[in-house]
Amino acid sequence: MKLTPAEYSEMAKKASPGTKSYKTIPIAFLIGGLICMAGEGLINLYQYLGMDQETAGAVTSVTLIFLAALLTGLDLYNSIARFAGAGTLVPITGFSNGVVSPALEFKSEGLVLGLGAKLFVIAGPVIVYGISASIVYGLILYLFKLY
Amino acid sequence: MEIFKEYFWAFLVGGILCAIGQVLIDYTKLTPARILVSYVVAGVILGGIGVYEPLVKLAGGGATVPLTGFGYLLAKGVKEAVAEKGLLGILTGGFTSASAGIAAAIFFGFLVALIFKPKDKA
Amino acid sequence: MSQKIGRSTLVLDTFPSIMSYASVVGKKEGEGPLARYFDAIFDDTTLGEKTWEKSESRMQKEAVSRALEKGGYATMQIDYIFAGDLLNQCISSHYGLRDLNIPFYGLYGACSTMAEGLSLASVFVDNNLAGFTMAATSSHFCSAERQFRLPLEYGGQRTPTSQWTATAAGSLVVGKSARPPFVKAVCGGTITDLGIKDINNMGAAMAPAAAQTIKTYLEDSHTGPQDYDLIVTGDLGLVGSELLIDLLKRDGIDISGVHNDCGKMLYDVEAQDVHAGGSGAGCSASVLCSYLLKKIEDGALKNVLFIATGALMSTTSFQQGESIPSIAHLVHLTYNRE
Repeated sequence: MKLTPAEYSEMAKKASPGTKSYKTIPIAFLIGGLICMAGEGLINLYQYLGMDQETAGAVTSVTLIFLAALLTGLDLYNSIARFAGAGTLVPITGFSNGVVSPALEFKSEGLVLGLGAKLFVIAGPVIVYGISASIVYGLILYLFKLY
Repeated sequence: MEIFKEYFWAFLVGGILCAIGQVLIDYTKLTPARILVSYVVAGVILGGIGVYEPLVKLAGGGATVPLTGFGYLLAKGVKEAVAEKGLLGILTGGFTSASAGIAAAIFFGFLVALIFKPKDKA
Repeated sequence: MSQKIGRSTLVLDTFPSIMSYASVVGKKEGEGPLARYFDAIFDDTTLGEKTWEKSESRMQKEAVSRALEKGGYATMQIDYIFAGDLLNQCISSHYGLRDLNIPFYGLYGACSTMAEGLSLASVFVDNNLAGFTMAATSSHFCSAERQFRLPLEYGGQRTPTSQWTATAAGSLVVGKSARPPFVKAVCGGTITDLGIKDINNMGAAMAPAAAQTIKTYLEDSHTGPQDYDLIVTGDLGLVGSELLIDLLKRDGIDISGVHNDCGKMLYDVEAQDVHAGGSGAGCSASVLCSYLLKKIEDGALKNVLFIATGALMSTTSFQQGESIPSIAHLVHLTYNRE
C-alpha cells in the first residue's frame, strides 16, 4: 500500500480515459469555422447595408453576442457547447455565454450582488487581462515612439 | 470566385483558432476561463507585433470573431489612441475600441438574466 | 456495548437493526436501472422551490419524512438524527430538517456522509444511548454544480473522468429489533491523500481512502473478500473502482469478484451520459436506502460491506491548488445476527 503520490498519479492516469480528441478537435474546427464564416457573412451584409468596414465589424460582434446571450437564456447554448467545445468557446459567443450564464445562475442571490456581481465572474478576468495587456502595449508604443 | 475564397479563409482560420482551443482543453489543465484570457492576451500581443493584421485582411470574420480578434481590437485601439492623444491614449484606447462588444455583452447579459429563468439540468 | 477491535473497528454486539428507510430521487436517477426501488421520483427537480438549495433541502426532508412514515414513527420517538450534505455549512440538512424538532448532529463527510451517519446512529443505539436514531443526507446536481464548478448554463464540456452529482436523498431509522438488515460493525476511515488535484476526477482522488478502510476492516475483523456477498463503495465511478481494485491487489486482496459501486449502479452509465458514473452524498445514500437494504432485508444479500467515500476539498482549497484529501467510512450490514 505504500504508494508515493507520483506512483499513484501514474496509476490514475492509466485508469482515466482520455478525451476523444479525434472527435472533439474536428468538431471544434468545424463549428468554430462555421461561426466565423457566419461572422464574415454578417460583416458583408452590414457593409452592403451601407456601413463602413469598422462599424460592420463591431455590429457583427454585437449581433453574435446577442445571439449567444439569447441562446443561453433559452437553455440551448450549453447543449450546443457540450458538443462543440472550443468551437463555441473561442468565438466571441463564448465570451457572451460567460457573461450571461453566471448572471442568470446567481440571480437567486439578488439583483445586485447576485446577478450584477457574478456577471463578471468569467468576463471580468478577460477584461482585466485584455485591458492590462493593451495598456502595457500602449506604454511600449509611447515610450519607444512607435506610433 | 473571390467571395468563395473569402469565406473559405474565414472558415479555415476561424476553425484553426478554435481547434487550437480544443487542443488546450483536451491536453492541458487550462479551464475555459483561462483559455478565454489567454486568447485575448495573445490577440493583444499578436496585434501589437503586427502579425494579426494580415490575418484579419486575409480571413476577415475568421480572425475577428474569435477572442484573439478582441485582443487585436484592443491593441489596435491603443495604437490609434496613442497616436492621436499621446499619453492618455494608453488608457482610453483599449476600452474605446472594445466598447461596443463589452457594453453589448454586459447589457444583453443583464437583460437575459433578468428575463429568463435558470433551467433544470438535473 | 460496542467493542473496539484492531485499528478502528467497532463491533456492535446487539446488532442494531435498520427499522425503516426511504430514498427519493430526481428525474435522471428515476430513469436509471434502480427506478423501481425508490420511494419517490421527482420529474421536476425544483420540487416547486425557488432555488436549488431549497429544492435539495426539500428533498432531504422528504426522505426523512418518508422513512418515518414507512416505519410508523413520530418525530418525538427519534432521539437523534445525524445528517449532512455537500453544500457550504451543510445548509440542505439545516434548512431541510429545521422544522422536525429532532435533536440534530450535523456531519460533514462529503459523499461519505451516509456511512458516517449510519455508523454513529448504530453506535448510539448499540450502547443504549438512544432508542431510535436516524441518518440522512442528500445531494442535488444543480446546487452542487453551481457551488463547486460552473454556472449551469455555461457551455463547457465534461471530461470523461468527471462524475454526475446525483439528485437524490436517503434516510433511515436505526433501532433494536429482530428484523434485518442488521449493523454488525462499523469502521471509521482515516483521511487519505495521494496527491490527486483534478476536481473532475474524484473517483481517482477517493479510491485510496476506500482501499485503506477496506484493508483496515478486513484486517481488524480477520476476514477476506470471500466472506462477503458484496463489497459496495459509495461513488468511485468507473475510474475510481478500477483504481480501488488495483490498489487492493497490490496488498494481495482481490475484491474484483464481489465489488460494485453505487456510482455505477445508480445510472446506466453508457446510455445516460454520466461519463465515469454518479457521485454526490445522495448517490450512495439513495442506492443504500433502496436497492441495497431491500436486498439484505429479503436475504438476497447476507453479508455486505458498505463503504461510502467522500472528497474533502472545498472550492477555496481547490482554487489554491491543493490536492484532494478523502475519506471512506465502512458499515458491515448483515441478514443474520451472528
